[in-house]
Amino acid sequence: MRVNCTVNGEKRQADDVWPGESLLYVLRERLGLPGSKNACEQGECGSCTVYLDGTPVCSCLVAAGQAEGRDVVTVEGLEFGRVQEAFLEAGAVQCGFCTPGLVVAVHDLLARNDKPSDPDIREALAGNLCRCTGYEKILDAVRLAAR
Amino acid sequence: MTTVDASVRAGIGTSPRRPDGTLKVKGEFAFSSDLWHEDMLWGATLRSPYPRARIRGIDLTAALALPGVHAVLTQRDVPGAKRYGLEIVDQPVLAIDEVRYQGEPVAIVAADHPETARRAAGHIAVDYLELPPVTDPEAGELLRRVPVRTGDPHATADVVVTGEYQVGMQDQAFLGPESGLAVPAEDGGVDLYVATQWLHVDRKQVAACLGLPEEKVRLSLAGVGGAFGAREDLSMQVHASLLALHTRRPVKMVYGREESFYGHVHRHPATLRYEHGATRAGDLVYVRARIVLDGGAYASSSTAVAANAATLGVGPYEVPNVDMEASVYYTNNPPCGAMRGFGAVQACFAYESQMDKLAAALGMTPVEVRIRNAMTAGSRMPTGQVVDGPAPVAALLARVRARPAPPPSTLDSRELPGGVSNTTHGEGVVRGVGYAIGIKNVAFSEGFDDYSTARVRLELIAGEPAVLVHTAAAEVGQGLVTVQAQIARTELGVERVTVATADTSVGSAGSSSASRQTYVTGGAVRAACQAVRATLLARVGGADLMGDKIVNAAGMVVADLAEALGDGPVEETVRWRHRPTYPIDPETGQGDAHVQYAFAAHRATVDVDVELGLVKVVEIATAQDVGKAVNPLAVVGQIQGGTAQGLGLALMEEVQVVDGVVRNPSFTDYLIPTILDVPPMAVDVLEMADPHAPYGLRGVGEPPTISSTPAIVAAVRAATGKALGRVPIRPEHITA
Ligand code: FES
Ligand code: FES
Repeated sequence: MRVNCTVNGEKRQADDVWPGESLLYVLRERLGLPGSKNACEQGECGSCTVYLDGTPVCSCLVAAGQAEGRDVVTVEGLEFGRVQEAFLEAGAVQCGFCTPGLVVAVHDLLARNDKPSDPDIREALAGNLCRCTGYEKILDAVRLAAR
Repeated sequence: MTTVDASVRAGIGTSPRRPDGTLKVKGEFAFSSDLWHEDMLWGATLRSPYPRARIRGIDLTAALALPGVHAVLTQRDVPGAKRYGLEIVDQPVLAIDEVRYQGEPVAIVAADHPETARRAAGHIAVDYLELPPVTDPEAGELLRRVPVRTGDPHATADVVVTGEYQVGMQDQAFLGPESGLAVPAEDGGVDLYVATQWLHVDRKQVAACLGLPEEKVRLSLAGVGGAFGAREDLSMQVHASLLALHTRRPVKMVYGREESFYGHVHRHPATLRYEHGATRAGDLVYVRARIVLDGGAYASSSTAVAANAATLGVGPYEVPNVDMEASVYYTNNPPCGAMRGFGAVQACFAYESQMDKLAAALGMTPVEVRIRNAMTAGSRMPTGQVVDGPAPVAALLARVRARPAPPPSTLDSRELPGGVSNTTHGEGVVRGVGYAIGIKNVAFSEGFDDYSTARVRLELIAGEPAVLVHTAAAEVGQGLVTVQAQIARTELGVERVTVATADTSVGSAGSSSASRQTYVTGGAVRAACQAVRATLLARVGGADLMGDKIVNAAGMVVADLAEALGDGPVEETVRWRHRPTYPIDPETGQGDAHVQYAFAAHRATVDVDVELGLVKVVEIATAQDVGKAVNPLAVVGQIQGGTAQGLGLALMEEVQVVDGVVRNPSFTDYLIPTILDVPPMAVDVLEMADPHAPYGLRGVGEPPTISSTPAIVAAVRAATGKALGRVPIRPEHITA
């Protein structure tokens, strides 16, 4: 099948999409946007988080066909700004596999709540696994970005 | 003469930004699963559903008939060695007439779409004759037994405590799945882009299995999404290369999360039986221990894990009489091997649980009994090895004890056990505090020739001095790329440093494991920089490099750095070794087996809902001696990340294996700590220089993983009064 959607502000079309493919697969393998990651493909890790019509979703759980006609923003499409800066400054990036999903999730959190408390941050990022950092520096990054 | 220029920006002791960080936050860093090549095919692996079976036949017809399938290969298609292994060559590339664990690779497929490849694998008909699996290690074949004996084996004591402890099978659970791309080369060889911990040991094994000379197998490090030991053994390396050579097309393989659980080794499950004897005053008289490790179906690094468990098995204490044995067995359970802490984790859970029991029996506090028996510089290990660097065991314990206690929990349900599930409003919640300290060897042991190679080039780029550092050392997230550049800046006084992609065109760097890379590859980079400096000075008859000036013995400037480089770049390649280690005696375990010892202490504070058995870790304080914090921010990152993995083992992480079958190969069922599970982690970093190590540094990565588990368990015991001899703790252990 063919899937048309807007990705990072551009009209994109993917051909020969197999019905079982996820939005994550289409982004990564058909549209040349491998920034969204594939740590579990089961909705458990958040590494594949993208905006779909402005709402963060696990793109591994979205069937490619469901993206038809919709607006997708991936980590590659976010403007480089305070969130990314804060991750670098705070030491919140180690292997970086969780980072794209976290950057999108934090971007969304700060858009909704520009002064999140620690419990707010923890609740908002509960769906994003990181195996390297123990999360402390990720909290630092969010606090820094929120300043 | 080598003055080190401490003034250069972003040298050692500072925390410059990671050179790979910007790409990582933008989603532009190429991980091994992101690779793409024109014309590439996708590989898939058929794995055994049984832990033990004979293979009577394999029929590939239906798989080969699927449109889009380019190759289906079995062990018959392996042109070289049919087995590989890190220490013992026992693991088949593809199963040969039998399978010995569930998930063992049997056949591989290349197709034009990953789903086609997976379906084709499903169309392979394997005729298995199931056999009863051996799942109890003590009923299995012995792989290695390591005794460590010192003093009087029959020593007696006034106060005796015994215990049996169990550690479940933990998974490294890195987020970036096993993956890579193999590209067939014109010369009949293969170029392999892969996430690994040690490019050269992969190359050696891959070349042997492909029947190719090593120079025809070229590896480059692709972006590594975490490692923690799980990338020490081969996974898809030989498979993708075989498919690529067979189809003459590039082949990409990416494991899904379920396959990843089968695709790498795990932490050894262990049963540990300990007896500690002490005087009434609280001095340890003896430790007797038997440690049984389940090695699973193939050897991997089991022999070294057993040696660690045995040699480090009494902990960082002075014990005059030791009778210790660690044994590892083959079974039909999943193969076990390297995971952060490597044998020291299992032992620490047992000896620290024993120290708490002993404290209770003596009427002392847990910290008192530990400090009373703490080893110091000059202490002798049970192996007879003298600890000849700082061993601030007592100081680390005192540091975590002196930290202010965390405030009582608020009644915000997000901060209580059960969290957002809202299972309590504070009723039934009891606080507990626990302590633990551990010991870990740094780098490879027992006489292993453990070296790293660095090539350093100093040249003018656009008229400015610039340094290129090239090693084969695997950046796995820990920040080694940053550290290599920092060392070059400090040694050469040049700010502009680039670290080249790690590959096999330079000599081996050894493994990114055993907390060794900053020490060993850091040592190699430093040595190569010093060689560059010496060559440069000889070129102009200088005696020292001071900033951008070269001076003679009298301190007179003889040349500008830029001038001296005008004659061309200076490049040196150095192979650097840490001081030698020695094998241990097979009967007594005596010998100077280890290079360096590292220590971390933890204090854990928990709130436990004693009615529901739910635990909320409120705070973990860590104190660790790192000798020299080469990159303080990265050091703290390692300590916090390692501590969180220890929390996982204490409270939630276990690969559940029933009759040899893994029951929970997903992140839905194998739980790793989330940001809700991990508490604030205060960190105290001590810098007590080790005179034998570059800059006095000490390996950092593993110690924090070792003692956080027993500290948390001790805290839960303090809150509940339960014995809790097994990790991970389950709610029913608390409510029972
Ligand atoms: S890959 Fe989508 S949630 Fe893990
Ligand atoms: S930085 Fe590696 S998983 Fe988060």
